[in-house]
Amino acid sequence: LLRGRKGRKQAAERKFGIVLSSWGANHCAPKFFCAQVHALRLTLMWDLCTNALDTAKSRGASYGDVRVMHLRQRDLTTKNGQVGTLAQSESIGMGIRVLANGAWGFASTDRLTREGVASCAAKAVSIAKASALAKRGDVVLAPEKAYIDSWQSPFRKDPFEMPLETQLALLLAADAEMRKVKGVTLTETSMQFRKIDSWFASSSGSRIHQRKVISGCGIGATSFQSGEIQKRSYPNSFGGQHALEGYELIESLELLKHAPRVAEEAAALHSAAQCPEKFGTLILVGNQLGLQIHESIGHPIELDRVLGQEANFAGTSFLTLDQLNQLKYASSIVNVVADARLDHGQGLGTFAYDDEGVPAQCTDIIKDGKFRGYLSNRETAHLVGLERSSGTMRTESWNRLPIIRMTNVSLLPGTWDFDELIADTQDGILMDTNRSWSIDDRRYQFQFSTEIAWEIKSGKKVRMLKNPSYSGITTEFWNSCDAICKFDHWTLWGTPNCGKGQPMQTMGTGHGAAPSRFRNVRIGTAFSKQ
Amino acid sequence: MKMAATAKIRPSGKSFEKTELRPERELRKLIETVLRLAKSTGAEETEVHVDEVAEALTRFANNGIHQNVSEHGLTVSIRTVAEGRTARATTNRLDEDSLRSTIEASLSLAHSQPKDPRLLPMPGKQRYRPVNRFIRHTAALAPEDRARAVRRACDLAVKKGQVAAGIFSSGQSQTAMGNSHGLFAAYRETHSQFSITTQEDPAASWAKANSADVRTLDPQKLAERASEKAHQAVNAKELAPGRYMVILEPAAVLDLLGFLFYDFAATAVEDKRSCLNERLGKQLFGQKISLSDDVFHPLQQGAPFDGEGIPRQKVLLVDRGVPKNLVYSRASAKATGKKPTGHGFPLPNEYGEAPMNLVFSGGDFSLEKMVASTDRGLLVTRLWYIREVDPYEKVMTGMTRDGLFLVENGRVTGAVRNFRFNQSLIEMLRNVELMSPAVRATGEESFEMVVPAMKVRDFHFSEVTKF
Repeated sequence: LLRGRKGRKQAAERKFGIVLSSWGANHCAPKFFCAQVHALRLTLMWDLCTNALDTAKSRGASYGDVRVMHLRQRDLTTKNGQVGTLAQSESIGMGIRVLANGAWGFASTDRLTREGVASCAAKAVSIAKASALAKRGDVVLAPEKAYIDSWQSPFRKDPFEMPLETQLALLLAADAEMRKVKGVTLTETSMQFRKIDSWFASSSGSRIHQRKVISGCGIGATSFQSGEIQKRSYPNSFGGQHALEGYELIESLELLKHAPRVAEEAAALHSAAQCPEKFGTLILVGNQLGLQIHESIGHPIELDRVLGQEANFAGTSFLTLDQLNQLKYASSIVNVVADARLDHGQGLGTFAYDDEGVPAQCTDIIKDGKFRGYLSNRETAHLVGLERSSGTMRTESWNRLPIIRMTNVSLLPGTWDFDELIADTQDGILMDTNRSWSIDDRRYQFQFSTEIAWEIKSGKKVRMLKNPSYSGITTEFWNSCDAICKFDHWTLWGTPNCGKGQPMQTMGTGHGAAPSRFRNVRIGTAFSKQ
Repeated sequence: MKMAATAKIRPSGKSFEKTELRPERELRKLIETVLRLAKSTGAEETEVHVDEVAEALTRFANNGIHQNVSEHGLTVSIRTVAEGRTARATTNRLDEDSLRSTIEASLSLAHSQPKDPRLLPMPGKQRYRPVNRFIRHTAALAPEDRARAVRRACDLAVKKGQVAAGIFSSGQSQTAMGNSHGLFAAYRETHSQFSITTQEDPAASWAKANSADVRTLDPQKLAERASEKAHQAVNAKELAPGRYMVILEPAAVLDLLGFLFYDFAATAVEDKRSCLNERLGKQLFGQKISLSDDVFHPLQQGAPFDGEGIPRQKVLLVDRGVPKNLVYSRASAKATGKKPTGHGFPLPNEYGEAPMNLVFSGGDFSLEKMVASTDRGLLVTRLWYIREVDPYEKVMTGMTRDGLFLVENGRVTGAVRNFRFNQSLIEMLRNVELMSPAVRATGEESFEMVVPAMKVRDFHFSEVTKF
C-alpha cells in the first residue's frame, strides 16, 4: 500500500510544500480540486503515521499510537462598541506515544516530513526508556479492537465559510444594545469557532479520522457604581455557551433579544438586596448546575485522580476505589451519566472515538443516587474490574499527551415543570450564572457564587438579590436534591476551559442539566463578615 | 533574594538527540520573508512574531514515572494593517505558500471590520537593555538526567513509607518580532522546574522551585522538605473557622497576590473593572507594602520588550501602601496622555496591557522568626483553587492545601484540617505585620513573581473541609 502511494506523495509534497500547504482556511479552491487535495491529504497523513509507528517499533517500542492534528480557530471579541480581538490561527503537527521497556514516552513535532516524524518517534522511544529508569511496574493496556473509520460532527453552517462581516455585525449590534442601558460601564461580546481534524493510528491497526466543528458565543454587561462592580452575562459567563455545532448554535441563542435584559439586570443589581446568610432552599438554573456537576461529580470520578496520578497538580479524589457501588452519592432521584455518544447531544464531550482509539460510550456514574462508575482509560480500566476502557482519553492538541478527561457528564432530566417547581417552593433562593467557583483538592468542600439570584416566597419570584453564593460538602449537597426539571428545561452546557495535566491542557467538556432544587444548603458564605 | 548556592543538577551530556532552537539569524530571515511577501499583498503595515519552544517534562506519581513528554514547535503570527484596520493570523507552517495564505487571512480579517479610531502606526526601531537568561546547562538536560533525579526523590518517599508525585521539567524558548517600520527584537531563555507532593495518608505536603538555571535547583532538598512536612501534617485536628493570624509562605502569597496584576493595567482602570478605580493616589494598603514591575530584576524572567516591541520599563506601582502608577500600552498611554511603559499585549486585543514581572518589597524576618513571634496562628504552605468573589473589594476565595499547621507560643504544635478562606486582598495588605526577604516564588495559580513570606492578622477562614 505504501509503495503505491510514494510517487503521489512526493509529487504532492513538491506541489504543496510541507504537507499540502494549500489547505488554507480562507482559500477554498474549486470543489473538485478540494476533493483531490482531501484524498491526497488523507493518504499523506496515514503515510506519516505509519512511518512514525514503523520507526517506533524498530527502536524497540512494544506499542505505539500517533495523532496528527490540524486545529483551526477563529476568535472575535468586541468591547464598548469596538472590535477587540480579531484573530485566526492554525496549527498542525504530530504527537507520538509509545511503550518501551514497560514505560511510556511521548514526543511531538511540527516537522511533518519523513525525517521529522522519524526523529520524533525515535525521541519518544528514548524518553520511554528513560521513564523505565524510575518505573514502578510495567504498563498493561486493556484490549481494544482495531478500527478503520472516518467521522465528522454534524453541523448545518460552517462558521469558517461564513462572511466575517456577518459574525462581527451581530456582536457589534448586541454590544450596542447593551450600551443603550444607563448605568452600564463596560460591554463585552465574543465568538469562538474551532475546526479540528485528527488522524489517529495505532500499532494495533486502527486508522481513525475525525473532524469536529465547535462554536461558542457570549455577551456581558458590567456596571460600576458607588464602589461596587456588578456583571450579567448571557447565555453563560466566561465566554457563554459552546457546543459541537456550527454557526446555527449562534443563531439559536438570539443574542440581540437578550442583550437589553442582560444590561438592565447588571445596572439593577446595585439597588438589589444583599443575598442573606442562612441555611435554606436553593434552586440552581442549568448553567450554574452544569458547573456544579463539573466540579463535584466530573472531576472526582476521573480514575487518574483517584489513583494519585494527578496528586501534584489537579489533586486527588474522595471517591476511593472502595466507594464504587457502595457510596450513596446523591438522593435517589439523581442519575448522572458520562456519555460521549452523539445520541446524548452535540456537547463539547461528544466524539466518535477517544484519543486512545476507543469508541464513544455511555457510562453510568450515579444510578438512583448510588455511585456506579469512573472515567477510565486502557491503562486503568482493570483496576475497577472493567475489561475495557470507558473511552475518555482526550488531548488538547498534537503536542499534548492524551489524559483521562470528562466527556459529557450530565444530570439526566427529572419530572418537574419549571413553573411547578417555583410554585412548590415556599421559601427559597434561585441562583443564575456563575461568578466564581472553588473546590478543595479532594473535591469535598465547594463554594460557588453567581451573578444574580431571585428570592422565592410562597411559590413566587419576589425580588432580585445581589452577591449570591452557596457552599457545602459534595455528597451532603447532592443528597439534598429533591427536584429536577424535565427534559423541556434540559440543556447540554459546554465548559470550554477545563484545565488539567502537566503541562497544562485545556479541554472542553459537556454537562447536561435542568433546573434543580436542593434543601438545607448553606447560603451567603462568600460575603460573610463573620 | 539569593538563589541556592549549591549545584545539585548537572546535565550528563548523554542527551540522545540534542534539541536546539534555531539561530536568531534564521528567525530574522523568516520575519524578513513575511515582510517581503506582505508588501505584495496590499498590507500597509505588517508585524511578525516568531515563537519557538522546546520543552520536556517528566511526571511521576505513586513513586514512579508515569508520563514523560517532549514538544518542539514554532509559530509565526502576522498582524497586518489596512485602511485603519488590523487583525492577526497565526500558523506553524513555514513554506512561502502557507505564509502568504496567513498574510492574506490576516488582511481578510482586517477588512471585515469597521475602522479602529485608536489604532496607531506601528513603532520603528527601538533599543533594548540586554538580559541573559539562557543557560546552556538547562538546555542540555536529558530525559535520563530528569529520570535519575526523580528516582532519588521517589526512593526517599519509599524509604519513609510515603508516596511521591510531581514533575521535573526543563526547556528553552525564544521569541523574535519585527515590523515593516524596521523594528526587530529577539529574546531567548531557558526554564526548569521541580515540584513534589509527598503523601503520608491521610496528609500531604508540597515543595516547588523554578529557575532559568537548572543547576540551582535542588530536587532532593525539595523532596526532603515535602517529606518532613507531610509527616508533620498527619493527625490534623479540626479548628473552628474564624479570623486567624496567618503566616503565609511565599507560594501562598504569590498565588493570592498574583490576582492583583491586571488591576494595574491602565485599560482595566479605564474600563472601570479594576479595584484601583477611584483609588489611585490614596493610602489603600499598609505602609509596609511597595510593589514594582521589573523585568530586569535578577530573580525575574521574560523578554525586555512587549507585544508591540516597546522596551519594558521598571514601574513603581505601589509606594508604601499608595497605588502610584499604572502600566500602559501605546494605545492606553495615548488615550490618557502618558508614556507607554512597555507592557502592551500583542494587538489586536481588548485587555491592553499588564505588569507581568511583579516584585514585592520584602522585610527582614525569616519564616522561623515569624513563627517564633506568634502566640497563636496558622502556618500556610500553599493555597488552592483561588477565584475572585468580589472584583472591587478584591475578595478572593480558595482553600489551604498540602500542610496547614497550628502555631502556639512561638512554635509549630500540630497540623490542622484545611480551611476555605474568603479574604479581601486590600484588607490583607493593610494587615501585614511582618515580611521575609522577597524570593522568586512559584505556585500553581499565578505566574512566577518575587514575593516575601507574610505574617497577616485577621485572615478570614469561613469553612473547614474533611481533611
